[in-house]
Amino acid sequence: MNMPATKIEVETATPAAIAAAPVVAMTLKRPPRAETYARIARETAVRVIPPLVVIALLTLVWELVCRRAGSALPPPSKVFKDTKELIFDPFFDHGGIDKGLFWHLSASLQRVALGYSLSAIAGIALGVLVGQSVWAMRGLDPLFQVLRTIPPLAWLPLSLAAFRDGQPSAIFVIFITSIWPIIINTAVGIRNIPQDYRNVAAVVQLNPLEFFGKIMIPAAAPYIFTGLRIGIGLSWLAIIAAEMLIGGVGIGFFIWDAWNSSHISEIILALFYVGIVGFVLDRLIAGVGKIVTRGTAQN
Amino acid sequence: MTAYLKLDHIDKVFTRGAATTEVLKDINLTIEKGEYVSIIGHSGCGKSTLLNIIAGLTGATTGGVLLENREVNSPGPDRAVVFQNHSLLPWLTVYENVKLGVDKVFARTKTRAERDAWVMHNLNLVQMAHARDKRPSEISGGMKQRVGIARALAMEPKVLLLDEPFGALDALTRAHLQDSVMALHQKLGNTILMITHDVDEAVLLSDRIVMMTNGPSARIGEVLEVPLARPRKRLDLATNSTYLKCRHRVLEFLYERHRFVEAA
Repeated sequence: MNMPATKIEVETATPAAIAAAPVVAMTLKRPPRAETYARIARETAVRVIPPLVVIALLTLVWELVCRRAGSALPPPSKVFKDTKELIFDPFFDHGGIDKGLFWHLSASLQRVALGYSLSAIAGIALGVLVGQSVWAMRGLDPLFQVLRTIPPLAWLPLSLAAFRDGQPSAIFVIFITSIWPIIINTAVGIRNIPQDYRNVAAVVQLNPLEFFGKIMIPAAAPYIFTGLRIGIGLSWLAIIAAEMLIGGVGIGFFIWDAWNSSHISEIILALFYVGIVGFVLDRLIAGVGKIVTRGTAQN
Repeated sequence: MTAYLKLDHIDKVFTRGAATTEVLKDINLTIEKGEYVSIIGHSGCGKSTLLNIIAGLTGATTGGVLLENREVNSPGPDRAVVFQNHSLLPWLTVYENVKLGVDKVFARTKTRAERDAWVMHNLNLVQMAHARDKRPSEISGGMKQRVGIARALAMEPKVLLLDEPFGALDALTRAHLQDSVMALHQKLGNTILMITHDVDEAVLLSDRIVMMTNGPSARIGEVLEVPLARPRKRLDLATNSTYLKCRHRVLEFLYERHRFVEAA
């Protein structure tokens, strides 16, 4: 006797639920445009305002500490006054090394681009070798572990002796500094490819080249990009130091030159630019990595 | 009645340093074309090892696998595997995952357009065509397993190997997928070898159930025929006396005669 009663209850309950659902969806679907913009503005503000406040406070403290007569370092107001020309005209070129900051930065970036590209190619290739072959790992890994602890500048005299020229030496220093994290992370990524993926490749009968392109590189991509990201940071560190010693056009030597002519304000401005460029480089590689490894990183 | 797939005196011994473990001992089994055979046993009895040997992913220590009277000892698309954890490549879409195998197997025999149509045909078979451009992370566990089945089917394997294909799914999804596999088997007439630890699943799906004793040195303890007419209906079978008898027989084997002592 109870059975039909429960059935009817279920039947009446279901349409009610269905009718209720679209109503909820409708209200969710149309929040006013202004509200959306306000929300975006709020979220941006939450991210942007705190660092701005901190920067303003730090600048204020700096100004207060350094504005006294006889202080060793210039206050921000003086830095700005001294370097106004450099800030507002980064593109001048008076010949020799007397160029705008744009040219110095671009010379440094070109060296980094060349050295880093070489180290990315060689690093990934060596990393794949070490990750794939147990014997290559046993033979090469101890070597890598020792070599990677050598500070960038320690390579400079040796490379100057070998290349007898500043330009290739600087590029070599970048190469040798940034290659280790790329090798090591790539090798770890290759070694961590799940056995499942290898099984899939085996069942489908991918040849070694297809396995490399279709399984190995995408599977190891998150690790490879971790290595590439550490590598770009290290190469930017190395180039500044190497350029100080090598001379010529480049942001590193610009800093050294400013120190030799006691233009402390210029040093501060250059440091600011070095930081910004390093940050952008790091974000750039991270961004590329995010696009390339979409999908992979989620698992 | 010629053997389509033949497991001939397979032994498997794992050696680590001086220690050796005999996992499988003298496994003999013949499977006919179009047959659905399940291998059931307690965990650790080496049934996955056996499947890997048939797939060619692991080598047998002695003995071998014959497919249509030819020995097979390396992996290949003629023995496509549906892996327990789907093993879809996360950086490829559903379509690309299936295409990976199709492009390899039919590189010479099908044109680009035919291959594309074949991928879609197989996705349609498992009702996953609507998700062709989704990545594995964007679909549910049951859907992933469907794509895994489509990938294996699309290679037109002589034997389809299922390695606990429904093990990682919830009960409702599992039942749904079992029905799908049954329908596919009915429609396409594949030869299927399935590893499972689920008694109901084995009885529902199989023509024969191979029961393995506990390891080490696991062997085939008993082979049970399931004389139920196809197509089988889950609901009708619940009260079917043949079904219940078969089920009881397998349960008896697993829990009375070959109890898994370590788990108790």
